[in-house]
Amino acid sequence: MKRILLFLFLAVVLCAPIVVSEEEAETFAEGLFLKPLPDRKLLAHFHFQSQAPDSVANGRHHRVFPKAVAQLVNKFQIRELELSFTQGRWDYERWGSSDSLSNPNAKPPGVELWADFNVPIDQVDVTWKSLTHALSGLFCSSINFLESSAAYTTPHWGFNSNSSNVRYGALPREAVCTENLTPWLKLLPCRDKTGIASLLDRPSIYKGFYHSQKMQLHSTHSGGILLDQTLTVVLQPSESTDNLVSDPLLQPSWSIRSLFRKKAIERCVLAKSSVVYLEIENGLVAELEKLGSIGSWGKFGFELPVTPSRILKPAMNMDAPSPSLLYEYNLIKYSETKPIDLGLRWKVPFSWSCSKAPFHARRFLMGSGNERGSIAISLQSTKSHYSHLNTKVVVFQIVPWYVRVYYHTLKIYIDGEEHNMSSVVEKMQVHPSEDKLSPGTMELMLILPYGIQSAVLTIDFDKGFLHIDDYPPDANQGFDIPSAIISFPDFQASTYFFKEKSAEKQTPLLLKFQEKSTVQSYTEVLLVPLTTPDFSMPYNVITFTCTVLALYFGSLLNVMRRRVDEEHRLLSQAKKQGLIPLLFSKLSLKFRGERLEPAPSSDSTFVNPKLLLKVFVVAIAAVLWHYFLNDR
Amino acid sequence: MKAEGGSYWVWIGIALLFRVILICFPTNLNLGSRPEVATPVTSLRRLAEGYWLKQASMSPYAGSMYHGSPLLIYILGPLTVKRIEGKPSHILCSLLFVIADFLTALLIRATGYKLKFTKSQFLKRGNLSKLLESSRKFSAEDIASLVYLWNPFTIATCVGSSTSPLENMMIVLSLYGACSRLAPLAAFGWVIATHLSLYPVILIIPVILILGHGPDSPPVRLLGSSFSTSGYKDDKSSTLPIRGFQTFSWRFVFHFLLWALIWSVYVLVLSAIYLKEFGGLNEMFRKTYGFIISVEDLSPNIGILWYFFAEVFVIFREFFLIVFNMNILFMILPLAIRLSHRPCFLAFVYVVISSMLKSYPSIGDSALYLGLLALFIDEVRDIRFSFFLFCGYIGVSLLSPVMHNLWIWRGTGNANFYFATGIAYACLQTVLVTESVSAMLNHDRTIRKELTASK
Repeated sequence: MKRILLFLFLAVVLCAPIVVSEEEAETFAEGLFLKPLPDRKLLAHFHFQSQAPDSVANGRHHRVFPKAVAQLVNKFQIRELELSFTQGRWDYERWGSSDSLSNPNAKPPGVELWADFNVPIDQVDVTWKSLTHALSGLFCSSINFLESSAAYTTPHWGFNSNSSNVRYGALPREAVCTENLTPWLKLLPCRDKTGIASLLDRPSIYKGFYHSQKMQLHSTHSGGILLDQTLTVVLQPSESTDNLVSDPLLQPSWSIRSLFRKKAIERCVLAKSSVVYLEIENGLVAELEKLGSIGSWGKFGFELPVTPSRILKPAMNMDAPSPSLLYEYNLIKYSETKPIDLGLRWKVPFSWSCSKAPFHARRFLMGSGNERGSIAISLQSTKSHYSHLNTKVVVFQIVPWYVRVYYHTLKIYIDGEEHNMSSVVEKMQVHPSEDKLSPGTMELMLILPYGIQSAVLTIDFDKGFLHIDDYPPDANQGFDIPSAIISFPDFQASTYFFKEKSAEKQTPLLLKFQEKSTVQSYTEVLLVPLTTPDFSMPYNVITFTCTVLALYFGSLLNVMRRRVDEEHRLLSQAKKQGLIPLLFSKLSLKFRGERLEPAPSSDSTFVNPKLLLKVFVVAIAAVLWHYFLNDR
Repeated sequence: MKAEGGSYWVWIGIALLFRVILICFPTNLNLGSRPEVATPVTSLRRLAEGYWLKQASMSPYAGSMYHGSPLLIYILGPLTVKRIEGKPSHILCSLLFVIADFLTALLIRATGYKLKFTKSQFLKRGNLSKLLESSRKFSAEDIASLVYLWNPFTIATCVGSSTSPLENMMIVLSLYGACSRLAPLAAFGWVIATHLSLYPVILIIPVILILGHGPDSPPVRLLGSSFSTSGYKDDKSSTLPIRGFQTFSWRFVFHFLLWALIWSVYVLVLSAIYLKEFGGLNEMFRKTYGFIISVEDLSPNIGILWYFFAEVFVIFREFFLIVFNMNILFMILPLAIRLSHRPCFLAFVYVVISSMLKSYPSIGDSALYLGLLALFIDEVRDIRFSFFLFCGYIGVSLLSPVMHNLWIWRGTGNANFYFATGIAYACLQTVLVTESVSAMLNHDRTIRKELTASK
C-alpha cells in the first residue's frame, strides 16, 4: 500500500512539470517566403520565430526556446535587440525598397547591431560592452570590436528608436560565413536536421548575390521573449536545360531542388506552423492581368508543379492598383511520405518593376589624394509616390574619428543648385567625433520641397593620420565608413493588408509583414584610403630624430661653452710646452690640488657661512622630501 | 636720405599690395590647407568649425577640431562666415592678417630703432664709431621689416589663412614694449602670445632682461674690464644715460610682472565667460595646451615630432614627450646666462629653438625668426655657412611640397621622403641657431678686442 502511494506520489511529481510545460505556450514557427525578382533572380526569406512566455512562471526551464538567448536577455536586460550579418549589397532599385519584406531585411554589409536596454542610463555603456563580448562568443564573430567607444554611438532621433538607452554600432568590414551561420542555426530547435532550415545548403546560400542573417529580440516587462531569426538570400536560379531553346527573355524557372540541392521540404515536428509562401508581386500581377490569365491562377503565364493549399490576395496598400498574389503551401497538410518539390515554371516572358522608396539614396566620396575629401549623399527622386507635400527625409550617419568632418562645410544642392541650409534643414543634431574616443554622429532632418529631381548633401573632411599600431593588418586597403541610414518618416512601408481578418489563419511570417515600419534605406559603405606611414621604420625614425636633437643640443652647448680667453691660454701653454709635459703638469696640478684642498676646506667648514647655508638648505630639502614621501 | 625713406615705404606698400592681390585674385590657391602653412593649432578652417559648433550651442572644442584660443573664435569667428559676393571666403580674415603683418613689420622696425640707439650710444662711448659705419642703403631695422614682409614664408602664411601672423605680432609687440620700457604693452604681448600658443612663455626671460638692462646692453664683463678700470668711475656724470644699463632696474620688472598678472587674469576671465557652459577653463587648457604638449595630432607637418610619435612604441610615448618638451627648457638657462647682455638676441634664439622643437611647427614661425635675425645683421655679418643656409632654406622649401605631393597625392612616394625634408629643415635650423649664436659671441669678442686695443 505504501509502495503504491509512493509510486503515485512520484508519478504526480514527475508528471507535473510536463503538464505545466504542455500548458505554457513556448512556441516555435517556421516559414519560407519565395518571390521572383524582376531581374531574373529569386528571393528566399527564411523566418523562424521562437517565443518564450514570462520567465517568472516558467523558471529557467526551456523546451524549444534557446537557453543561450534567454540568458542573454535576462543578464543584460535587453528590451530590444537586432543583430544582422550581411554579405553583399541589397539592390534597392531592382529588388524593392519600400515593401514590408525588403524594408526591414535589407541590411548594410557586415555586422550591424543595435540594442535597447532596460537598465539605468549610467550602466548602458557597460552593459553594451558586455553584450558585445557575449554576442561575439555566441556567433563566432568579432562583434567585440564594437566594444570600444570609438565604434558605437547613441542615436537620438535619427535612428528608428527614440529611447536614450539605445546603442548602435556597425562593422562594415566583417566577413560573414558558415561559422556565423552554424551558431545561428543552433538556436533553432530542429537545427538544420529537419524542417525548413534543412534547405540551407551552405554552397548554394553563399553563392547568392546577397545574404543577410538576422536575429531580432523583443522582450516584455514580465520576461516574455520573442526571438525572430531571419535569413534573406537572393539567388540566381540556374537555367534548366529545357529552357535553352526558348525565349532568352523568359525568366528562369526554378524548383527547390535546383535552388538548394535538396529533394524536398520537410517540416520540423516541433514547429507550430510550417508554411511556404510564394509571392507574385503586384507589378507582376498587373502584367498577368494584362495578359488576361489571372483568373485561371496563372495557367498561361506560369505553371506551379505543386498545387498550393491556399491562395491569398492581400492588398499591398489600400491605394495599390492591384493586389499581389500569395500562394500558401502548408507543409503540415502534405504527407511526409511523398516529397514535395515546389517550383515555378515560366511560360511567357514578363518584365515588371518593384516597389520604390520616394528617393533613391546613394553615397559616394569626392576628391582625390589622401589628405582631404568630401562625402556626398545623393537623393534621386524615383517619382513613385505622387504626393503634393514636401518630403521629410532623415539622414543618420556615423563617421569614424579618423575621418575629421568639418560640419560647417555641410552644403545642399537641390537640382544642381546650392541652397541655403536653413531653408531645408528642419532639425539637426551633431555629435562631433573625439580623437580615439567616439565617432562623429550626424542626424539631419530635411524637408525637401515638392517636385524636386535630386538633392545632394556634401560635407568636407580631412583624413586623419594614425599611430602605426592603430592601423589594421591590411592598412593599404583603406578604412570603411559605415552605411548611412536614410529614412522617410512620412512614408510607411507598404504592408500586407488582408480584407478578412482571420487570426487563426495568419502565420507569424504573415503577421510580421503586417507590422508598420517607416521606409528606410541604407547607403553604400564607403572605402576611404588613408595614408600610411612606413611600418618598418620605427627604429630608424627614433634614431634619426634623436640624432638631430643631439646634434642641436651638442653643437649649441659647444658654441656657448667656448671662450676666447681659455683658447688663448691653452694655445699659449701648448706653445710653451709639449703635449706630454702639459698633461703631466696638469695631472700633477690636479693631484696637488686635490691633496691640498681638503685641509683648508675642512678648516673653513666651521667658519664658512655659505657652506653652512648650503648644508642647511639640503637638510631642509631632505626633510621636506621625507615628509612628502611619507604622505604619499 | 629722404629718397631712401621714400623707397622703403614704396617697398612696404608693394609688399602689402602683393598680399591683397594674392588674397583677392585666385580662389584655387588653397594655401590654407597646406600642412606647411596651417597647423592644427593655427588653422583658420578649424577655427571656422569651432565657431560653427559654438553657434550650434556646443563646446567649440568638441570634436577634436579646434585647439586655439576662445578669444580668437570670438574675434575671427564672425569674420569667417561673413561673405562678400564674388570674393573668396575668409577675405575679411585675410585682410586682418595683412594688417597684422604690416603692424609686425612696423614694430620690428621700431624695435630696431631702439636697438640701434643703444648700440650707437655704447659704441660711441667706447670710441668704436668705426664699427657703426655701414655702406648699406637701408639700416638694419628697415631691412628687418622688409625681410619680414617680403619673406615668401610670411606671404604664404598671410595669404593661406592661418592665425600665426597674429601670434607673431604679439611676440614682436611684447619685444617692442620691453625695448621701449612700456611694461603694460610688453606684458600684454607676452600674455596674449602665450595664450595663443604655449611656447612664447619662455620669452619672459628676455623680456625681463630687456626691461631690467635695456635693449642689448653692453656686456657687463667687457665694461668691467675696460671702462671700470679706465674712465668709468671718473666721469660718472657724463655717462648718465648709460648708467641705467649697468644697474638692473627692478621697478620695470615688477611693473611687468604686475601687468602680466593683470592681463592673464583678464584673458582667463574672458575665456571663462566665453566657455562658461562648455567645461570652462579646464576644457580650454586640456584642448589647447594639453593638445600642444601631448602631440595628439599626427598629421604631417614640417617638423619631425609627428612622424616620431606616429612610429614610436606606445610604452615610450610618455618618456619621449617629456624629453622633447624638456629639450626646449634645457637650453633656456645656459643661453640666458651666456647671452644675458643681449636679451633681444636671446629672444630671437628662443624663438628659433621653440619653432624648431614645437609640436606643430609652421613656416609662420620661421618667418618671424628670419625677420628678427635681420635686426642683428651687423652683428652676425660674419656668420659661417650663410650661403649653405640660404640654399638649404630654398631647397627644403622647394623639396618639401614636392615630397608631400608624391606621398599624399600621387601615392608614389613614401612618408620617409617627406620626413627626410623635415629632418633637413631641423638640421638647417640647428645650424642657423648655433652659427648665429657663435657669430654673436664672436662679435662681442671683437668689440672686446677693440676696446682693449683702444685702451
